Order: sequence, then C-alpha cells, then structure tokens
Amino acid sequence: MLNPKLKLNPKVFNDDCEQEPIRKGFGMGLQEAGEKDTSIVALCADLTESTQMHHFKNSFPERFVEIGVAEQNLATVSSGMAAMGKYPFCSSYAMFSPGRNWEQIRTTICYNDRPVCIVGSHAGVSVGPDGGTHQALEDIALMRVLPNMMVFSPCDSIEAKKVTLAIAGKKKPAYLRLAREKTGIITTEETPFEIGKAQVFYESDGIPNVGIIATGSLVRNAILAARDLEKKGIKSKVLNITTIKPIDADAVIALAKETGKIVTIEEHQVAGGLGGAVSEVLSQNLPTKMKILGINDQFGQSGTPNELVKFYKLDREGIADSVIDFLK
Amino acid sequence: MHYLSDEKVKFLEEKANDIRQSIIEMLLEAKSGHTAGPLGMADVFTLLYFHALKYDPKNPNQEDRDRLVLSNGHICPVLYATMAHAGYMPVEELKTLRKFGSRLQGHPHREFMPWLESSSGPLGSGLSQTVGMALAERIDKGRMSEKTFYCLTGDGELDEGNNWEAIMLASKEKLHNLIAIVDRNNIQIDGYTEDVMPISPLVEKWEAFGWHVQDVDGHNFEMLAEAIGKAKSVYDRPSVIIANTIPGKGVKEFQWDPAWHGKAPNKEEADMALKELRTLGGQIRSEHE
Repeated sequence: MLNPKLKLNPKVFNDDCEQEPIRKGFGMGLQEAGEKDTSIVALCADLTESTQMHHFKNSFPERFVEIGVAEQNLATVSSGMAAMGKYPFCSSYAMFSPGRNWEQIRTTICYNDRPVCIVGSHAGVSVGPDGGTHQALEDIALMRVLPNMMVFSPCDSIEAKKVTLAIAGKKKPAYLRLAREKTGIITTEETPFEIGKAQVFYESDGIPNVGIIATGSLVRNAILAARDLEKKGIKSKVLNITTIKPIDADAVIALAKETGKIVTIEEHQVAGGLGGAVSEVLSQNLPTKMKILGINDQFGQSGTPNELVKFYKLDREGIADSVIDFLK
Repeated sequence: MHYLSDEKVKFLEEKANDIRQSIIEMLLEAKSGHTAGPLGMADVFTLLYFHALKYDPKNPNQEDRDRLVLSNGHICPVLYATMAHAGYMPVEELKTLRKFGSRLQGHPHREFMPWLESSSGPLGSGLSQTVGMALAERIDKGRMSEKTFYCLTGDGELDEGNNWEAIMLASKEKLHNLIAIVDRNNIQIDGYTEDVMPISPLVEKWEAFGWHVQDVDGHNFEMLAEAIGKAKSVYDRPSVIIANTIPGKGVKEFQWDPAWHGKAPNKEEADMALKELRTLGGQIRSEHE
C-alpha cells in the first residue's frame, strides 16, 4: 500500500490518474520563488516556454535574460550574476546544459562555489520523437561527480514545484533534472519534501523480498510494478530518491538491510546515475546484491514516449519482469 | 583621470619594474609557470591597480569596488604580484607560488584567495562572467551604477567560442560599464597566433560585433590611461581595449619568443633577467653590483 504518512495521490494506480509534465511544476515553482525573493533571476538559451520559464519571464521581465542558443554563455553569465548576489536559475534541455557546458559549470559555478541552479529539461528517453540527440541519459553522472553540486530528480510536477522552492531557499550550486512528457501525479500538495531525504512511497504487506529504488519519471512505473509483483507473491518496498546528491545513505542502507536485495530504476545510463550512487553507498557500507535498471550503454531513438519506455524495459511490465529475473 | 603627470608616469614605470622583478623571483622559486604573458601585461596591471581601479585592499569585499576578472588565469603571477604590491598580501608571500598549501594556486582559485572575483584557468569564460556581473548590476542599480567591470583576456584565448557568445550578449545588452582588455601579444603555446589560428583583424571583428574599440600600445601608460578614460565615457556600448604588448617585455632575451609562454626561468636566466630589470637594460648600474 501507499505510505499513509506521505498523503500520496490515491489515484496513482488508476488509469485516470492525473498527468502533468514534471517541467511544469518547475515553471510554477520558479515563479513563486521569484515573488518571494527578488534576488532570483532566470536565464534561458532560446527554450523559454519549452523549459517553462515563460511564467517567470512574464511576471518579472526585468529579471529575465535571454541568452540565445549559447549554453556555454548560459552557465558562465549565470556565474557572473551569482557573483553579484543573484541566485540564477538557468534552463535549457539537459543534453545542452549540462551536456555541452560541463567544464564551464565545473569551473565557474562549482569551483567558484557560486549559487546557480542548472535546470536540465527533457531528460531521458521519454523525450520521444526528437530522437537520441535530444535524450539526455548521462546528465546525472555529469553533475553528480562535481564537488559543491547538489542533484535533484523530482518524480512529478507537484514535487518539482516543491524542489524548486527548496533549491531557491538553499542558494547553493544545484542541478534540477526535468522530463518533457506528461507524467502521472504521485504526490499531493500535502506530501512533505525535504532536501536529502528519501521517502518510502509503497510497501507490500509482510516482510519484503526486494527493495526498489527509483527516481524521476519512472517512480510511478516502479510503484505500479511493485503492486503487480505483490499479486505474484513478491513483496517489496519502493523508495523514491529525489535528492540524488547528497544521497540519503541512511535510507538506502536501511532498505538494503531490511530486504537484502536492491533494484534501482532510472531514465539514465546504467553507468554513473542513481544506480551508481546507490551502489557506492552499499558497496562501502553493506554490500548488497543489486540490479540497475536503465539504458544499458546505448543511445536513445525516435518513438512515442510509451514505445521507448517499453522498448528499454522501463515500463511496469518490464520492471516487474526484471525484478522477477533478478530474484530467481 | 585621463591625464597622467610626468611624476605619475615615473611612479608607474618604477612600480611596473618592481612587479616584473617579483614575477621573475616567484617563477624562479616555483620552478614552473608562465613567464612571457605576465611580463608583457605588467604595465597594464600596474596602470589598473595604481591608477584606474577602485578598490580597498584592507576591505577587499567592499560592495562598490570595481570588478576585475582575469580570464586567462595562466598569467596569474602578474595578478598576484600586482595585488601584493598594491597591499592585498605581503610581497614575501609571492614566493609560495604553486607550492602546497599556498594561497597562490597555479591558476587562480578564489576558495584559496577570496578577494579574487573568479577562479580561472580553462580559457574563454571570463568575459561571460563579467557580462553576468554587469547585467546583475544593471538590475540593481540601472544607470546609477558607479562601478566599472573589467575583463582581461589573452589573444590566443579568443580562439574559444564562449568569448564570442559573451561578445554578442554584451553588445545586445549595451553594457556600457564593461571594459574588456585583450592582451595582444601574438603568441600562444603552439606558436604565433596568426599561425595557430588567425584571429586578425581584431579591431574590425569587435567593431562588427557592436563594441567600441581602441587599439593601443600596451606599454604606454598615457595611452592606456586615456583609453580607459575614453572607454568609461562610452554610454551605449561595451568597450574593448586591444593592448598591443611584447611578450616577455622588460627582458630582451625573453621577448617575442613563444618558447617563454609556458616555462619558468632557471637560476641563471633569472639572475640575468633581474639584472636587466634592475639596471633598466644596462642604462644604470645596479645597486646590487
């Protein structure tokens, strides 16, 4: 059952579960953060509406900078504004920022320890028909290895808004990973969110056979798979990790201790992402047998989001099958 | 402000000579680092820190200071030496350059030296940071701003595309209180800039991008002071001063030779260079003789 303490959306299992793009929550969150805090500025590289920055731009045009198609400039101009006391949010598609401008982010934001939030929208294969060039599958790895950088991957639009507001309050270098496609709503306005705290979203009755750790747009599929597995007699606990860095090591270790086996799920390369972060924690604290589900050393391709998620076995059936295989 | 008295010019010349000697001494001690660029830019740095810039070394974070971003971080010996002579740190500390635990990192790092406006080393991103600073200032102060935002870049560094992104944005935003100073010394690691990657004609390029351009002798204090004064009076565009400099300036054995871009002098070379600087190229007897 869903964790009752978290006041999650009871319709999450239903076909008529509300759907909204995760990026939309960011757009609303940034606008609200901008109302509360006039030091917040926004910069975009010619994708203002697509990354949902237009709400902020329309409300605070004097605090918005259109950079043009120039992602290296996007990161470095943001660093300069941060040096003068601003808290810049700069957005593009994840493939271009942080995909193209990694060194600029490393040196001018992280090395300088300047408070800038890099917003990478359209991450993962669920970008769909645009194809592999536009499907960032390496961004978590790129950002996770940088000192001073925090990494966030919200699971739905409502959580994305809360994460955006929390980042705005923190004023440190941060990476916010967003997805393009409409995603089922899992949380509610009442669901608590705290930076660095993972939350158990779903728990089967009885002693779990496996711990499932998911992030971002695949958390709902993980919950749906967990319920399907329960019907087949496999009991699990599903942990949502929104803050990938700093990771909630206590929650990961506790889940591994309780279940003895861990499966991670993400719309990212199997190398270097959430699975990597979890295995770094477990291998050094509580070596645990793991299966990392993601994109396995391949690029994405064109298709509908559903076709692609199914092809890479990250839909509810694919996840359930992989868990069954893993437990054999 | 624009006019320098003869006494001021003499003072600046002596200061630049002291700074060049410090650069040689610190590079000798460090046993690695860049020689040609720092010596070539010693006059520009002297003019900035002893004439043009608004700052207080005792209160380095005071809000109304001018901002200076060194984009080509590898010439940091001249930044460190000038800042030491300007009172930011003891001159003696310069000899810790590049050593473990030193505030004087091989390329500038503001975590070690918080009064730096930015860390640098990887080329091509200083100008866009300075553009960001000027944009933030405009949001806060509009036309009431009294700060000037300086960015020092190399000429080889202009190979980096990030610069041209910044050049376009500064022009679009009409950042009139932004002054870029290009160290036009014609050398980079692999040889002469026009062989490695031709960047001429610089004046026409910056003009085409909408900047106010001045092309000056980077060793002439009066011309440099006048150029900065003129750049500050421009109200509708960013300004660039192309400072034509001689790499290795002050030590004729080092001048113009790309080999001195990225290496430090040994003891013999340093002694020769210091003697040449102390005697002003043999014009006077050294007090050490």
